[in-house]
Amino acid sequence: MSLELSGITKRFPGVVANDDVSLSLAPGEVVALLGENGAGKSTLMNILYGLYTADEGTIKVDGEELVFDSSADAIAAGIGMVHQHFMLVPVFTVTENVVLGLEPTTVGGVIDRDQARKTVMEISERYNLAVDPDALIENISVGVQQRVEIIKVLDREARFVVFDEPTAVLTPQEVDDFFGIVEGLKADGKGIVFITHKLGEAIDVADRIVVMRSGKTVAEVLPQDVTQQDLADLMVGRPVDLKVPKAEANPGEVVLSVQDLEVLDDRNVKAVDKVSFEVRAGEIVGVAGVQGNGQTELIEGITGLSEVVGGKVTIAGKEVTSASPRELHSMGVSHIPEDRQESGLVLNFTVTENMVLDSYYEEPYSKGIVMDWEYTRESAKRLVEQYDVRTPGTEVAVSTLSGGNQQKVIVAREFDRDVQLVIAAQPTRGIDVGSIEYIHSQIVAKRDAGAAVLVVSSELDEVRALSDRIIVLFHGKVAGEFGPDAAVTDIGLAMLGSGQ
Amino acid sequence: MTDIVKNQELVEIPEVVQTSGDVRRSRIIGFVLLAIAAVVLGVFSFGVPSDATSTFNLSLPTDTIQGVSVSFNSRLFSGVAAVLIFALGVDRLRAKNLRWTNAALGVGLLLFVLAFLAWASADSSFSMVGMLRSTVISSIVITLGALTGLVGERSGVINIGIEGQLLSAAFVAVVLSSAFGTWAGVGGALVIGALLGALLAWLAIRFRVDQIIAGVVINILALGLTSFLASRVLSEAQDLNAPARITSWRIPVLADIPVIGPMFFDHTFFVYATFLLVFALHFGLFRTRWGLRVRSVGEHPKAADTLGIDVIKTRYRAVISAGLIAGFGGAFLALAQISRFEENMTGGIGFIGLAAMIFGRWMPFGALAAGLVFGFSGALAQKVAILGTGIPSEFMLMLPYVATVIVVAGLVGGARPPAADGQPYIKQ
Amino acid sequence: MSEQQNWVNRATGVGTSVARSLLLPTLALITALVIGAVIIAFSDVDNLQLLGTDTGQALSNMWSEVVDSYAALFRGSIGSVNSISETLFAATPLLLAGLGVALGFQAGLFNIGAQGQMLMGSILAAYVGIYLTAPAFLHIPLTLAAGIIGGLIWGGLTGLLKARTGAHEVITTIMFNFIALFFVQWILTTEGLQDPGRNNPVSAAIQETAQLPKLFGEEYRVTIGFLIALLAVAGVHWLLYRSSPGFEFRAVGSNPHAGSYAGMKVALVITAVMAIAGGLAGAAGANQLMGLDPYKATPSLAGAVGFDAITVALLGRSNPVGVMWAALLFGALTAGGREMQGAAQVPIDLVVVLQALIVIFVAAPGMIRAIWRVKADDDSAATQVTTSWGA
Repeated sequence: MSLELSGITKRFPGVVANDDVSLSLAPGEVVALLGENGAGKSTLMNILYGLYTADEGTIKVDGEELVFDSSADAIAAGIGMVHQHFMLVPVFTVTENVVLGLEPTTVGGVIDRDQARKTVMEISERYNLAVDPDALIENISVGVQQRVEIIKVLDREARFVVFDEPTAVLTPQEVDDFFGIVEGLKADGKGIVFITHKLGEAIDVADRIVVMRSGKTVAEVLPQDVTQQDLADLMVGRPVDLKVPKAEANPGEVVLSVQDLEVLDDRNVKAVDKVSFEVRAGEIVGVAGVQGNGQTELIEGITGLSEVVGGKVTIAGKEVTSASPRELHSMGVSHIPEDRQESGLVLNFTVTENMVLDSYYEEPYSKGIVMDWEYTRESAKRLVEQYDVRTPGTEVAVSTLSGGNQQKVIVAREFDRDVQLVIAAQPTRGIDVGSIEYIHSQIVAKRDAGAAVLVVSSELDEVRALSDRIIVLFHGKVAGEFGPDAAVTDIGLAMLGSGQ
Repeated sequence: MTDIVKNQELVEIPEVVQTSGDVRRSRIIGFVLLAIAAVVLGVFSFGVPSDATSTFNLSLPTDTIQGVSVSFNSRLFSGVAAVLIFALGVDRLRAKNLRWTNAALGVGLLLFVLAFLAWASADSSFSMVGMLRSTVISSIVITLGALTGLVGERSGVINIGIEGQLLSAAFVAVVLSSAFGTWAGVGGALVIGALLGALLAWLAIRFRVDQIIAGVVINILALGLTSFLASRVLSEAQDLNAPARITSWRIPVLADIPVIGPMFFDHTFFVYATFLLVFALHFGLFRTRWGLRVRSVGEHPKAADTLGIDVIKTRYRAVISAGLIAGFGGAFLALAQISRFEENMTGGIGFIGLAAMIFGRWMPFGALAAGLVFGFSGALAQKVAILGTGIPSEFMLMLPYVATVIVVAGLVGGARPPAADGQPYIKQ
Repeated sequence: MSEQQNWVNRATGVGTSVARSLLLPTLALITALVIGAVIIAFSDVDNLQLLGTDTGQALSNMWSEVVDSYAALFRGSIGSVNSISETLFAATPLLLAGLGVALGFQAGLFNIGAQGQMLMGSILAAYVGIYLTAPAFLHIPLTLAAGIIGGLIWGGLTGLLKARTGAHEVITTIMFNFIALFFVQWILTTEGLQDPGRNNPVSAAIQETAQLPKLFGEEYRVTIGFLIALLAVAGVHWLLYRSSPGFEFRAVGSNPHAGSYAGMKVALVITAVMAIAGGLAGAAGANQLMGLDPYKATPSLAGAVGFDAITVALLGRSNPVGVMWAALLFGALTAGGREMQGAAQVPIDLVVVLQALIVIFVAAPGMIRAIWRVKADDDSAATQVTTSWGA
């Protein structure tokens, strides 16, 4: 009983996502598939799960070559997948989600609800996956949702289970639970592929680590033979310097002051709960924490995008609680949004248009309500040059640029004016190393020019490398504050909510 | 169980902060109810002589049991109604038990309508049961239209071409019924309804045409083609526009019950079939494999796809079978209600169906209830015109549309459509 | 595809981008006309009966009927000064209302409410046209302005509803069409507006000073309304591509999220766009009142213009200049359709069918590519405008 992918090649317009990739998996084995965003891990797994069709290469299960036209074929071959974004219908119950696609029925296609519930309970008990079979998915926590996904896979009698970035959305405690579950599956003889870009997890959990880079497998190592630094080098292809070159900070006046801030999320749940901190001119304050602990809402609360229900925000002594984004813009606040494609750019607009997305209404880009396109175009050309945006021109749609260059367009737009406060959320998520280094150096340059900088990142390494001071958010509260040289373990404990 | 999971809370209903919106809504509706109470008291109660008597006739001339009616003092009746509405309004102003806001509004409006009828029929009588019967009849096409939209949208395909489906089906039903008999007409109507459903699905799924555009175009195409053929063919061959009238299937015993009988048990088979269909669809959507799959592709097509459910095929099937429902509605309109084809004879009823689907919150029984409410407002409009109350009947005819705007604006509880409604599914 | 490098590309000399962008609509028109021909041929009862007995004669009859019909269609649209006048006359309201729908598309809003906005505009214009006494150079612009305001309010209301409550504009505009229709049916029977001596909903005629002057002289129906519509094309073009509010409209239309992050007030944009779109439709309504004998408002004054405006906006790909060409095409079809009905006894409803087919083919370019085996430009910019109702 084994699974073997060999010579898999998949091309998308403009990129080779998988280039002659091979991977094998035995029962009771945990293989970590490690790589940066865009390295081709998810593409490979989607091919294995029948969601994409490979251009070249073969998939063999127990030595028999199979072709998967749809996920139904993959499921039939004993392959299960827990997607990074859970594939659960929010308004269905746990049971409905589990049985969807192989519903037990009585006459005439009527669903046998008792049988369905029994199936769920059996798997739930056998693998210690506690769930309430009648709860609606939208009412249960992410950790429990993940269990439902696993039950789905087990109900389909999968022998090989793929987990795509399973810990990205989990709280530390849920991560521990999850690893317990993986152990249980392994003991039951399931073969497991574990996609991650977190080095520590790969070393802790895997029996074997396969590293992918730019669509190719570049190494296959055993966890006991490598260090995190080795893996990081393999992932990015050259020794990485996680340190950002910067001089000692020279903090000045308080620019941003947040006092007892309370913000609701889109489900009207209090996501930021009495958070207070300050950022001074000439310093970078980093916000660390596991994703989903209130970082997004904190930024939206400060920048006037979400309703603030309590507390106060001041910038340079002026109260700006719930001020509009435009007021903040005019006060010299730069905001790099956490999702560049959703919130930072209008993808079908040109580079020029995106360069003035938040300043189009003011001189010199327009006079009155008349746009000065000639000036705007010239200015965009200058910015593209100055900020090293690699683009065939300024009049092409920004969607045609790579992620790193799209991010540089935003940085150029936000930094090319007098700025007293920079708010950067996930400033380097999912972009190439060269762009990351460039953007980091620009952020430090802004600091050195006297701006106050607030950086939020779910990558603890990034926060540590950039920040002069670090605050940790846990469950919407500040769970700790650290200097730049604090030990990772201390910060880590705070991120788990057990610091102080 | 291991220690790890033992103490985990399995269902975390997040602590939702009481939104100011619910409270405000309750208060607004409270004020609306107070205003209604004032109108009921000032106009309906004191607008009639103190000794005026209203009579609601509860039997039709064709009924077995004759002469059933209720009479009461008009002013007293409206006065009591006003007091009740006032009490409901005061209760809403206190903004407690926010879940009852909609119910309070519903009861308040019902009392308002009754008081209005008492006022309009003061010192005379009017046929309550006649109005209720025509409510049921005019609710049928609305309900069928709503069900058409509902099945499509549950699978994730918006259908605003219901109007065109009804109109085309009406045309085909009339021609085939005139030429080959009723059942040929009904069968042809089903086929054309399904064909237009297939066209909608084909445009929306295969070519990923915006679904609203596809629906608009189907309406225009249906209007153009039926009008063209009506003036080119039906005007020359007039015997093709003379379908046999369909008789009622009077259900023994049940049809003799006062009020209920004429309302529900003395109709053409279309009416019974529609009620059955509502039950069947509800059961089908929420109890069967078919329904679970249809809803899954309408809510989260990617999730369904990863479980091996063919999203495309499921949507095609849903939209095409929904077309059958529209075809049936068109046949009812043409054969049972009007008995001939006229240009643009649907006159927007497909859009009322769409409104009823939303008003009924994408639920089959909701669609039926909305169909009845909208049918009632239509019947009321006719009555108002006959009674000569001085209130323009146009305002009654507006009611379904105004009500729908109120619902989609979230003033009476938010309506939540299927999550993937209107979004084409793109498989890599 | 490539081995069948087709005759169409060679025949039309496609290569330049202008020609490429025209290829698709041209082929859509041709395909629609072919289907229309089949419909004409096979809907004649006499010929169908003849088909069984004398097939040759029947086919020849059918052929000559198609030729006669399309000759009349062509003649009636551009065959004479009067035809051209009729084409422009029919194109005017389509152009005005179509611009409104197109503006909505650009801002990501699907305005199905042109019909109701036209009606409401015409009512307000009727009041000014009937009751104001002023010289024509004042009376005409004021009446037109009243029409614009009527539509503006009606469109703006749906915009406001969306901005404040999230009510989907597709639903609200459809509902507002009906509400407007019943409102107009009622108000046209009220004293002061109703034509004295009538008991159906018809307004009195507006004063002569409010009537739009003819463009080509008294014997031709086209009015200066057409010039106003052309001005509107320039105005909307300027608004969208040269002004900062237009930049906002387009940005919010493409990505409202990014718009609000960049400090744009999405709610304001939605309201403003729906209001302006309504204003343009209101102008179309005023045009129908002020430029069409007997200069009276009726509930059927908008005809099907409000819905044709959607197809015009789609065909013109929401670009003001494109909308102008689309409106002229549909205007020509309408004018020609009248001639066809008169001369060849083919009902004008065929034109509606042609319009629907053209839009289907333009909205689903894949169909045209499959039929003609061409590589037309895959510019499906405007074909995905709606997302979920709830969004």
